Amino acid sequence: MAHETKTVHNPPAAARYYGSAHTGTQTFWHQRITSVAGVPLTIAFIAIVIALLGRSHATTGQVLGSPLVAIVVILFVASIAYHMWIGMQEIIVDYVHGPVAKYLALFGNMFFCSVVGLASIYAVLKLSNGV
Amino acid sequence: MVEFTLPKNSKVREGKTWPQPAGAQELREYRIYRWNPEDGENPRIDTYYVDTHDCGPMILDALIYIKNKIDPTLTFRRSCREGVCGSCAMNIDGTNTLACTRGMDEVKSGPIKIYPLPHQPVVKDLVPDLTNFYAQHASVQPWLQTVTATPEKEWRQSKEERDKLDGLYECILCACCSTSCPSYWWNPERYLGPAALLQARRWLNDSRDEATGQRLDSLEDPFKLYRCHTIMNCTKACPKSLNPAKAIAEIKADMVERQV
Ligand code: SF4
Ligand code: SF4
Ligand code: FES
Repeated sequence: MAHETKTVHNPPAAARYYGSAHTGTQTFWHQRITSVAGVPLTIAFIAIVIALLGRSHATTGQVLGSPLVAIVVILFVASIAYHMWIGMQEIIVDYVHGPVAKYLALFGNMFFCSVVGLASIYAVLKLSNGV
Repeated sequence: MVEFTLPKNSKVREGKTWPQPAGAQELREYRIYRWNPEDGENPRIDTYYVDTHDCGPMILDALIYIKNKIDPTLTFRRSCREGVCGSCAMNIDGTNTLACTRGMDEVKSGPIKIYPLPHQPVVKDLVPDLTNFYAQHASVQPWLQTVTATPEKEWRQSKEERDKLDGLYECILCACCSTSCPSYWWNPERYLGPAALLQARRWLNDSRDEATGQRLDSLEDPFKLYRCHTIMNCTKACPKSLNPAKAIAEIKADMVERQV
């Protein structure tokens, strides 16, 4: 993990240094899927929020208690949180290179996105009287 | 790593204003980056005046005019003076391009500002050190690789198959694209950059090449390939009107294709 990498002086050797990490495509693909999925899910989520505007706590609980609505809202939250995680991770990898700062930022990002995602899902379940 | 300020010894200072040529009818002002590794000084911007009636129309003509008639110490690279060798790439009026194919009149008004290609070590004045750039190009193994026995006469390629190399083989490795790419600025050691990836695409697209799988394997990497975020600076900069951003998107599409 965070350590000083060795110095490679010969440029061709430096260019080949780490070789291929054999990952990357999956992250890229998941980022695309979640952004495509985000479009209908966001529309549906906004529609649900508009429909619930001004409604009482009890009605909200009832509406969110319908499996279809609850699943759409939970999918929305999960897909957005995952998308946010990948997006922020890409930015950190681009810009933050310090041996300690990079890992702190990556952990912080993972923690923040998981908490936001899980807390939102918990709230939906709670409102729909599922908890 | 992102740097918001230049290191102290790289801060650019105001330099010398060289005398205007005598008896000139029309002058064009040039403000040019100067740095000499031997004098221990910071880089500076020198001002020169070029007599446009005594000089060819291109920026490279003006640089040659300055070197021949005003200041023989001005250092830059050039060879073909017609956009095929890639050696005169520099930052002119804020864009990376070739000095030999950019006309003076294309810089509309005011002084013409010239700097070396961004984010590369400087050898001297307008000459960047492209060692890493060339090493990355070599690392994509830009040559034909086959496993079948070499045919007696030639490797056959249909006209349609050959067409797939258009827009890729014309690259002159001038580095205008890679040095305009923010992702390459922040990760020059680990991201291959648009020029090397365009060449990777050129060999992936070649119907005669039999190393597609290995080529894709070696690019399957969060840094080498996936630092590209389709910012498109590369495509905007390319003086040969090539489209590295599209070539990179095609590599990513191949990567997805072989997984799902
Ligand atoms: S499209 Fe990719 S390679 Fe081109 S400038 Fe943007 S990040 Fe760089
Ligand atoms: S793709 Fe264009 S800008 Fe990039 S190195 Fe090749 S010719 Fe130059
Ligand atoms: S001198 Fe060859 S490309 Fe400009």
